[in-house]
Amino acid sequence: MQSSLNNDAAAAAGRPPGRTLDVEDLMVRYGTSLAVDGVTLSIESGEVVALLGPSGCGKTTLLRVIAGFVRQASGRVRVDGATIDHLPANRRNIGIVFQNYALFPHMTVAENVAYGLRARGLRGPEVKARVSRFLDTVQLGAFHDRLPRQLSGGQQQRVAIARALAVEPSILLLDEPFAALDRNLRLDMQIEVKRLQRTLGLTTILVTHDQDEAMSVADRIAVMNKGKVEQFDTPVAIYDQPRTLFVNSFIGTTNLLPGKVAARETRDVVVTLDAGATLRLPVQDGLAVGQPVLLSVRPEQLALAADARPDTWRVEPGLSLPLGGQLVHEARTTDGTALKIVEPRLAAPVGLGRLHCGLAPDARPTLFPRAT
Amino acid sequence: MTTLTAKLRDWQLALPLALAFAALFLAPLLLLLGVTFFNDDRMTQPGLAQWAKFFGDPFNYKVIADTLLLGVKTVAATLIVGYPLALVFVDLSPRWQRVLLFVIVMPLLLSVVVRTFAWIVVLGHEGLVNTLLLRLGVITEPLKLLQTELGLVISLTQIEMPLMLLPLISVMSRLEPNLRDAAAALGASRWRTLFTVILPLSMPGLVAGCLLVFASSTTAFISQTVIGGVRLIYLPLVIWQQSLVVFNWPLAAVASMALLVSILTVIAALSWLGRRASGAVHG
Repeated sequence: MQSSLNNDAAAAAGRPPGRTLDVEDLMVRYGTSLAVDGVTLSIESGEVVALLGPSGCGKTTLLRVIAGFVRQASGRVRVDGATIDHLPANRRNIGIVFQNYALFPHMTVAENVAYGLRARGLRGPEVKARVSRFLDTVQLGAFHDRLPRQLSGGQQQRVAIARALAVEPSILLLDEPFAALDRNLRLDMQIEVKRLQRTLGLTTILVTHDQDEAMSVADRIAVMNKGKVEQFDTPVAIYDQPRTLFVNSFIGTTNLLPGKVAARETRDVVVTLDAGATLRLPVQDGLAVGQPVLLSVRPEQLALAADARPDTWRVEPGLSLPLGGQLVHEARTTDGTALKIVEPRLAAPVGLGRLHCGLAPDARPTLFPRAT
Repeated sequence: MTTLTAKLRDWQLALPLALAFAALFLAPLLLLLGVTFFNDDRMTQPGLAQWAKFFGDPFNYKVIADTLLLGVKTVAATLIVGYPLALVFVDLSPRWQRVLLFVIVMPLLLSVVVRTFAWIVVLGHEGLVNTLLLRLGVITEPLKLLQTELGLVISLTQIEMPLMLLPLISVMSRLEPNLRDAAAALGASRWRTLFTVILPLSMPGLVAGCLLVFASSTTAFISQTVIGGVRLIYLPLVIWQQSLVVFNWPLAAVASMALLVSILTVIAALSWLGRRASGAVHG
């Protein structure tokens, strides 16, 4: 109980109880395949990190290793610098909220929240006081004696969060916690979790396959693919400066245009697109003259124009769909690549005469080497 | 209206089974009850003499108690062996689950005669167990296992094991797997998780298994007489003696009623407990 008393003291003194979490060169083997393949992450105290990736990318396995449910083949996990690999799950003091909440169905809400406290040997009025405090925190003060099945999905999740927080964990893990909630409730819960996490200063790891969720909740995102972290960066950097083609395609929507490096100067590279345009772009590492490349550009960074220029290419317009305040155009280049172009919806419809596509003035496209 | 006709149709679908039940189960049972109200074995004089005779003999109370106690011992033994086995089973990979399931249902696939005589070979004076223990020097002279209650409980434990394991496994494998991880993350040891989460949630299967094993072991006439021998007297043996040896059918019918009522009493008590336990879980 020493650590939680310290936490109380820390909270009273106004210091956040957040811990740092370091994952070092972690490998997890399932049979012959590597579920987690050499992951290294360094997470700051009080930070929210999202592990984002398609299903089977190893994000949940990574979370389960941190929680102590799965043993790694090699590598280390440190909390506040001390390795926790030798500790079983019940000695790690790491809180976890599962996608299906995993509330104990035979216990009332209050018993669920008290479970971790009793497991730590707490008894009597202190348990009661803490249960009340945390149920009030998640706004379920009136639900002490309900059974989980008598609650809605959102309420069940609040109980799961209160249960995980009541033991004052050093790290909070969230395993796809919002996936089972409907859209409106999901946003409410995301805000609430973020608010709680801020107040408590808890270092938090969120596993999700939903990029919007990762973008809105996380301070930093680790994009995972095939057991590896492809990029670990802030949401804005991941969106604007994707380091790999996978990250680029997984986050947001992008247009990929094949081309070739025609010339390389000190600050610029000149790229000729197969669609029929020559672009001058800021130089990027690893691009030699003659290298086939893919130009990746976001739909909102393309613009349609009426007149042809050397840095535009001709397109065949397709459907145009209004999407909220925006208009999404479909178009096809002369070499057959499908494009999506997003522009603000203007008061008057724009005529169909604009058959030339080019980069918008503030566009930040990325070049990726392409295998031939 | 549609739900009413649907209900009516459901009821009609159950009709053949209901009729079969009435004809093959309820009618014979009433007939059996009727037979008890005759004073003589030729069933000519109505009266309560056989009831008085059966319940006037203190020996019969001992037989009833022994029968129920045999059921309790068998239930306890199958539970002690079966519950950990069920815990192991749900953690296995599907392939090993199939292998273990085959081993578990094996007793059901064997004929009663074969498995009973197999147990004679295993438990006999010069049987497998005694030979092994003698060779290992654990014992100096053969244990008497056949025709003892210990031997009977051992063999019944194997024979009735599927009836305990199948309901347990079915309930346990439907338990949310994250519950155990959730308990561990909250700081609970394995034992605490077992007693506060897994055991309460597997109660419905546990009670169902106990009911089946109890009902089956108290009425296991062949095992009781062949392995237990004629010196261990349980109610099924009394019924057999009275009906097919002495030909006193009214007394056999009274003994049958005594067996039926005493088993039903225990089962009613158990299922009441089970309903309370599962009521806390399922509603």
